[in-house]
Amino acid sequence: MSGAAVSCDGLTKRFGGSSGVLAVDRLDLEVPAGSVFGLLGPNGAGKTTTLRLITGLATPTAGQATIDGTRIDPRDPGARRAIGVLDQEPRYYSWMTGRELVALAGQLQGLTATEARARAGTVLERVGLADAADRRIGGYSGGMRQRLGIAQALVSGPSLLILDEPVSSLDPEGRRDLLALIAELRERATIIFSTHVLADVERICDRVGILDHGRLVTEGPLDELLARYALPLYRLDPEPGQDAAVAGLAARLRSTEWIDRVTETESGLIVSVSDATLASSGLLPIVVAAGVRLAAYERVRPSLEDVFLRLVGRAA
Amino acid sequence: MAGLRVLLRKELLESWRTYRLPVVAGLFLFVGLSSPLLAKYLPEILKAAGGDQFGTISIPTPTAADAVDQLWKNLAQFGAFAAIILAMGAVAGEKDRGTAAFILSKTASRGGFLGAKVVAIATVLALSTSLAVVVAWVYTAILFGPPSIAGWVAMGLLAWVGLGAWAAITFLGSTVTGSTAAAAGIGFMALLVLSIVGAIPSVAPYTPGGLAGPAIALATGASVDVGDVIVPLASTMSLIAIALGAAAWSFRRQEM
Repeated sequence: MSGAAVSCDGLTKRFGGSSGVLAVDRLDLEVPAGSVFGLLGPNGAGKTTTLRLITGLATPTAGQATIDGTRIDPRDPGARRAIGVLDQEPRYYSWMTGRELVALAGQLQGLTATEARARAGTVLERVGLADAADRRIGGYSGGMRQRLGIAQALVSGPSLLILDEPVSSLDPEGRRDLLALIAELRERATIIFSTHVLADVERICDRVGILDHGRLVTEGPLDELLARYALPLYRLDPEPGQDAAVAGLAARLRSTEWIDRVTETESGLIVSVSDATLASSGLLPIVVAAGVRLAAYERVRPSLEDVFLRLVGRAA
Repeated sequence: MAGLRVLLRKELLESWRTYRLPVVAGLFLFVGLSSPLLAKYLPEILKAAGGDQFGTISIPTPTAADAVDQLWKNLAQFGAFAAIILAMGAVAGEKDRGTAAFILSKTASRGGFLGAKVVAIATVLALSTSLAVVVAWVYTAILFGPPSIAGWVAMGLLAWVGLGAWAAITFLGSTVTGSTAAAAGIGFMALLVLSIVGAIPSVAPYTPGGLAGPAIALATGASVDVGDVIVPLASTMSLIAIALGAAAWSFRRQEM
């Protein structure tokens, strides 16, 4: 696979007329074919609206989205043939069985009735719903509906999977299984998913886009973003019984110019620095000068959460 | 109309599984059974209930025309309610539950989505109306002698078109407002307003209620001018077409 599976060019969505809410603001984005793309952002950042614009469920106020070079138009459903979509809160026909619903999704994506039934059995087994396949959806739990949503999105073997908060209703086991499934699919499909669980993004995504107030704050390969935006962190774990000295150390660190942030934790201090070079030679002397004995001292690999909090301005 | 065939199958299965079809068919079956019986035995019931109060008032001997009259009245009332109830949640319910977004995230077109619903509602009404007319014909034949089959078929078709008008107006309400309750309100309001307006003789032929005269005449074998059938039929079908066209126009512009 090569080139962009999804392109957004100045994609804009405003709700409620010219003075209404700007949900997506001139979004320019390219998702390379074959990548697993994590779309991050705080609540109300425009993630779901962006995904709905890409799937053609909403009409852009300006700009356009294309899938494999074909412009998405809500009035032209043909371009959706290659897409599998999982909604944020999947709700399906309670009177149908799981197998019937997945087969219906398959037929609507162009499979014959026989193909759709056969594929439904396969994907339901893959998501762990084989035993419940012939039960009415009305009796499914939230987690089962989420698995069913994954199954209906996968049934036609789409080349693009759009998953809006796919792990939100899953228990830890279901979450682990879904992430494994996504990782398994990465060779066959381009996957875009939005989530609040940053650890999941770090685990399976090659690329990340961070949205805030409808604008794309940054986008790129995960490692590149971590290298570009994450500030170096140091973990200082003092030996017990030095509360006063540790408080003094925290105060001294906060007043140091090249130290960006000091967070007190149960085990000690997390120190975020703005200059790694100065920190590597200057941090320990400050500790020594404060008379604090350390049980552990470690340079911590910054996480996506640190990047996220820094970029969307929610840092503590 | 992409997805129409697949979605129509889903709609018909839904009508069966959610008991819409059995309940509406049951209601129409009751209408079909009760109308000739009521026409036949109402005078006797009145006599028995009223005792001497009727005095010398003579009640005419019931005929097959009374059965037709009774059947049409019952179909127009109960049938209209059923048509409104069938259509009120058709689009609003799916939007509210989020299932419309599921369907429309596939390759189904919006025309196919609406078309399947319209055909399914029309099918449920057609089956139910047919059931009522067939059962009523059998009972009328037993109680009064066999009436004209062709005339009753024509009456059944006109009744179906008339009920389609209430369903189409309610369907438009369901699509435009996205609220089942509002759609029902629009349907019942249209029924009320058009019934009142239809009481004006010069306007009546242009309303769904204008179908009553020619339908009853056809079923009783009375002579009917072609114009007496065509005008209300064309008016009602135009009303249906306008309502469904407006629903399609509105739905195409809606966000899911």
